[in-house]
Amino acid sequence: MSVLLATIEQSGSTGEQIVFWVCAAIAVVGAVGMLISRRAVHSALFIAATMIALAVLYVSQGAPFLGMAQIVVYTGAVMMLFLFVLMLVGVDSTESLVETLKGQRIAGLALALGFAVLLFAAIGNVSYNFAVGIDGANAADGGNVQGIAHLIFDRYLLAFEVTSALLITAALGAMVLAHRERHTPRKSQREQSEDRVRSGEPQNLPGPGVYALHNAVGTPGLLPDGQPTDRSVPEPLRGVSAAVGVDHEDTRRVNALAAGGAIIPGKAEDES
Amino acid sequence: MNPTTPQYGDLALFGHDPLWLVILKALVLFIGLVLLTLFTTWFERRVVARMQQRVGPNRAGPFGLLVPLADGIKLALKEGITPANADKVVYLLAPMIAAAAAMLVFAVIPLGPVVSIFGVSTPLQLTDFSVSTLYILAIASIGIYGIVLAGWSSGSTYSLLGGLRSSAQMVSYEIAMGLSFVAVFLYAGSMSTSQIVAGQTDWWYAVLLLPSFVIYLISMVGETNRAPFDLPEAEGELVAGFHTEYSGLRWAMFFLAEYVNMINVSAVAITLFLGGWRAPAPISTVWSGANDGWWPILWFLGKILVMLFVFVWLRGTLPRLRYDQFMRFGWKVLIPISIVWILLVSAWRGIRNEYGTDLRTTLIWLGVILFAIAAIAFLLDLRRAPEDEVVEPTYDPYAGGYPVPPLPGQEFTYTRRAPQTVPATVVETSALESTGQELEGDRNE
Repeated sequence: MSVLLATIEQSGSTGEQIVFWVCAAIAVVGAVGMLISRRAVHSALFIAATMIALAVLYVSQGAPFLGMAQIVVYTGAVMMLFLFVLMLVGVDSTESLVETLKGQRIAGLALALGFAVLLFAAIGNVSYNFAVGIDGANAADGGNVQGIAHLIFDRYLLAFEVTSALLITAALGAMVLAHRERHTPRKSQREQSEDRVRSGEPQNLPGPGVYALHNAVGTPGLLPDGQPTDRSVPEPLRGVSAAVGVDHEDTRRVNALAAGGAIIPGKAEDES
Repeated sequence: MNPTTPQYGDLALFGHDPLWLVILKALVLFIGLVLLTLFTTWFERRVVARMQQRVGPNRAGPFGLLVPLADGIKLALKEGITPANADKVVYLLAPMIAAAAAMLVFAVIPLGPVVSIFGVSTPLQLTDFSVSTLYILAIASIGIYGIVLAGWSSGSTYSLLGGLRSSAQMVSYEIAMGLSFVAVFLYAGSMSTSQIVAGQTDWWYAVLLLPSFVIYLISMVGETNRAPFDLPEAEGELVAGFHTEYSGLRWAMFFLAEYVNMINVSAVAITLFLGGWRAPAPISTVWSGANDGWWPILWFLGKILVMLFVFVWLRGTLPRLRYDQFMRFGWKVLIPISIVWILLVSAWRGIRNEYGTDLRTTLIWLGVILFAIAAIAFLLDLRRAPEDEVVEPTYDPYAGGYPVPPLPGQEFTYTRRAPQTVPATVVETSALESTGQELEGDRNE
């Protein structure tokens, strides 16, 4: 660690150091927060903060293209896709803490150990002066973007193409898995409207009834001739008269009125 | 400054400003954006009113110019309601993310050439670096977080649906937007905004790269959630979409973000396609000093106004798209067209860089001849097509009573079957039977 600190102190201006300490703190807090937060969306937010902090560090280290690509690709696309799925989980749901994978702790520990070895080896390399530094690499090709382009499209062209073929295959695979054959042709807007007219009821369904006592959605509406109609009640409520269903007592009363009663003056004469 | 002053379009111009100048520039940009937002709200209401044969706001101040101020005061004095089942922290954070991200884009927008501010010679741009257009895309993608999180944290169904819609919409239209940038990068040979503007000295890229410009214009409307692509806040379906539950100043921040984003995408369109701060053609040909000193700010603001007018015009003219049509348009029309266009442009650039103009003219003629042959063949084929389009119905998908997908080699044909006779559901109310209101269509509800 002291080697790392020493390298930071000897390279870079005060501005760069301030950026480093601020962004490093954000990145670490974000990473820890990602692990300990209960809600999946909070975890996603923390990791997004970590990614942005890392992107700022890349930019301040002289790799602006990498920094921007990090935000556009990882924060903007990948994390957004994660968030998209997580949002459907709902605002007040928390993660279940039951472990379903056997031996995942040991496997995780082993992986973490391997990663730590890799990380220390990579950072330790700095003290052996193999690295030229990003400025030298940038200057060789006339700029950061040009340097990356040179490496990707010249030296690592095969790896780049293979990766892109892999990604395209994955995308196609996802599409094949999600694809469902259509067995009937899709109805056009014209056919739909024709079907509607043929059904004998081209207009909207009647709205729920508004009586002096009730205006709940389960109350049947009255047709123009005074008859109540079940079709104004949403289907799940039809026939469920107990709690929220159709108020059949109301229906009966209205029916009785419509049949012979004379609440509305002149109504009874018209009906008979 | 160095004794040899770099020309405009050289990135060495940037990064030498003293601290006070950086702060001054940032402050001016911030205040300018807020003032421009206030103006835009008034402008939009007046112009839309005009288009709808109304007068629009005309009470507060001359021509109703003070209406935005009155709105601002009203919003500031309103209560900021937090729903009981909202995620409090994220709920407060979301409008801040949206507004802050919107403000950041203008840092890399060039507003003019090198001028002298209090004795310091500096370009009229806060900063620029080699990938500043990617920075614009990056900031735009952070801005989406504000909207998505607002939708999620409100704890309301309408907000959630609005947030989901907007995240899907903005992510997919950002792809089309990014692809429309690529042709510009190829022509300018750079991703920095000041170099792109410098590359448009002779021709605007809107003329040279018209398909890219059209794709950008469409995707920028989708990216800002403006009509006819304002599905995240479609009031007929989602009340107000992601900001349904917001009120007071928090809502005002979303409002600010939307209008600043409109200004942002307009500024990006101007920078990448419409010559940036350069004076439009008739002025610059007549008056040689039009592109010097402080004048470019005038041209830039004029172009911004025109773009804002286009936004308002679209809103006043076009009805809102249906969501599936909108997504289909983005993924199946805009993105394939831009990919093919990029292929053409890069092939064109490659040929020009490698072989110069001689081969180019040969290739043009070759292309024209090939295209003509292809067109004739296509037309002939169109004429012949109906004759050999007799397809034998090889199998019946409903043969066994259940739909069965076609096996390899079998071709699916749709056979219209008579509607199945299902007994009508018994409707409880006797009234329906008595009046004969029970109709065929009821079964299908």
